[in-house]
Amino acid sequence: MSDFFQMSHIYKRYQTGGEALTVLKDVNLTVEPGEYLSVLGPSGSGKSTLMNIAGCLDTPTEGEYILNGAHVDEMDAHALALARSREIGFIFQSSQLLSRLDAQKNVELPLIYAGARPSERARRAREMLDRVGLSDRMHHFPSQLSGGQQQRVAIARALVTDPRILLADEPTGALDQATGRQVMALFRALNDEGRTILMITHDLSIARCARRVVHIVDGVLTEGGDARNMQSEAAS
Amino acid sequence: MNRHAWVTGLLMPFECARMALSDILKNRMRSFLTILGIMIGVTAVIALITTISGVSSSISDSFAGMGAGQLTVTISGSDLKSGLTDENLETLEALGHVDGIAPTVSLSTHLVRGGERETGISVSGRNEYWFAAETDIVRRGRAINRLDIQRKSRVCLIGQDVLDEFFYGVNPLGETIWLGGLEFTVVGLLDADFEDADVIIPYSTALKMNSESVVTRFTVYLDDAANSESAQTLLSAALDEMFSYEDDCYEITEMKALESTMDELLGMMSALLAGIASIALVVGGIGIMNMMLTSVTERTREIGLKKALGAQSWHIQLQFLLESFLLSMLGGLMGVALGLLLSLAMCDYMSIRFHLSYGAIALGTSFSAAVGILFGWAPARKASRLNPIDALRSM
Repeated sequence: MSDFFQMSHIYKRYQTGGEALTVLKDVNLTVEPGEYLSVLGPSGSGKSTLMNIAGCLDTPTEGEYILNGAHVDEMDAHALALARSREIGFIFQSSQLLSRLDAQKNVELPLIYAGARPSERARRAREMLDRVGLSDRMHHFPSQLSGGQQQRVAIARALVTDPRILLADEPTGALDQATGRQVMALFRALNDEGRTILMITHDLSIARCARRVVHIVDGVLTEGGDARNMQSEAAS
Repeated sequence: MNRHAWVTGLLMPFECARMALSDILKNRMRSFLTILGIMIGVTAVIALITTISGVSSSISDSFAGMGAGQLTVTISGSDLKSGLTDENLETLEALGHVDGIAPTVSLSTHLVRGGERETGISVSGRNEYWFAAETDIVRRGRAINRLDIQRKSRVCLIGQDVLDEFFYGVNPLGETIWLGGLEFTVVGLLDADFEDADVIIPYSTALKMNSESVVTRFTVYLDDAANSESAQTLLSAALDEMFSYEDDCYEITEMKALESTMDELLGMMSALLAGIASIALVVGGIGIMNMMLTSVTERTREIGLKKALGAQSWHIQLQFLLESFLLSMLGGLMGVALGLLLSLAMCDYMSIRFHLSYGAIALGTSFSAAVGILFGWAPARKASRLNPIDALRSM
């Protein structure tokens, strides 16, 4: 049993208008260090709820979630915020950059809450922007960057705290195909460097960029297997 | 607490202040309009308190000039003794800390000279001590002296109005006038600014004209203003004896006491006006609260994002609270500057000395700070309690 990322018998229920709605049903998911995994599912399948629990933004109604040896399901709001700061790097569908901050300041943002000193923050933000190929755009504001560049700034922001796992929620959803491919190439390169990535998407072509794919339908998670096999199965 | 928590805790207020300032500057016009209420309130409080402080200081100066080292005694008398005789006054004059005693005898009569007649002339009876204390009151000629008092001389000093009316183009010194049917020689000319009486004569002569033999009002000049209390004790003892220890036969008034009464009144007026002006501060606070609540709603997405990136609830609360605090303080400081300028202009207009009130400045700034924290608390709390998932859903 892995203590890096382990979800066991996870249930998430919501009470809506006197009716109980079970969004996640007995979800079991293990992610090993260095893995690149995508969760593929249609709208309303529960993948965003799974993402919220995986990202320590929410806690399960039932079940056990262990992240880096800690029981997330037992954490209070303070501990959840600490876990988000130390263990997780978020990448959202649209880059979600703060418009009044330039690229470097946007990347520095998570480091403020991690308690890094200003000089340290600036150094690490510059390194990360350089890593995603935006060393010449450090002082550009989001409005001065293209969609692909904005998403790369968001990836640099997710990487800057050196998190255990990158969580990407439809990372190419707001991008055109060509830019989406560039972002996926960056993800693959990061995974090659040993980064653990968990991506959720409704797009099979994007899901196949990961090394392993799991399906989620009506809150039930099923193993999809190796992405390369899926590709050949789809072709046949 | 681990190192991370310590570092975050120490750096966070600065970071939050920086972020708050950046948000204020980003919406300059909205921020300015929001702080207008606070600015107007503080301006009013500072201007009122500082101006009243100037008035109070000016009154104090006047009182100090008028009455430092003086006591005024008013005799209401008893059935057996209606006032003080010359012997009584000499007894009082011999008391410790007493430099001299100047009786005041007032009467209103008619003045005749060279066929001209004027009624309602105010005549004041004084002695040499009064002239010694009221320096620069004699413009020309001489003052009343002890011999005039003893002899009940018919000599007088005249004021500007009498000079203009009866001595136009004539040197009045040595000339005679008729007061209440008695002939007086003019020996001096009073200062043009003196307005308390038209004519001054020896008090003993004035008593005679009033057909009185006792004095009912006099000023006691002390050797030192600091000895006022002990002098009052000695005077009270002597007067009690003179009036056979009957109650309520006299009253000793110190100018200093009048001054403190005046100060109290001005202080009350100042507090009342400042209280009314502070209503503007409360209105300004409500404006800040409204702006902050709007800001929280507008920035829900940003709050969600920051929480997803690791911000604790207190980080968010601190940022919004500091934003409200800084807005209010900015308004307060601008109000202090404007209030002082306004007060300076008002003091200049009223020809009184500008008196910088540090208390008013402290009150204005601390009130602004309190308003910022008080009215920023609820919006900041609302922001910090936002569920990150709900906030992120608004993306």
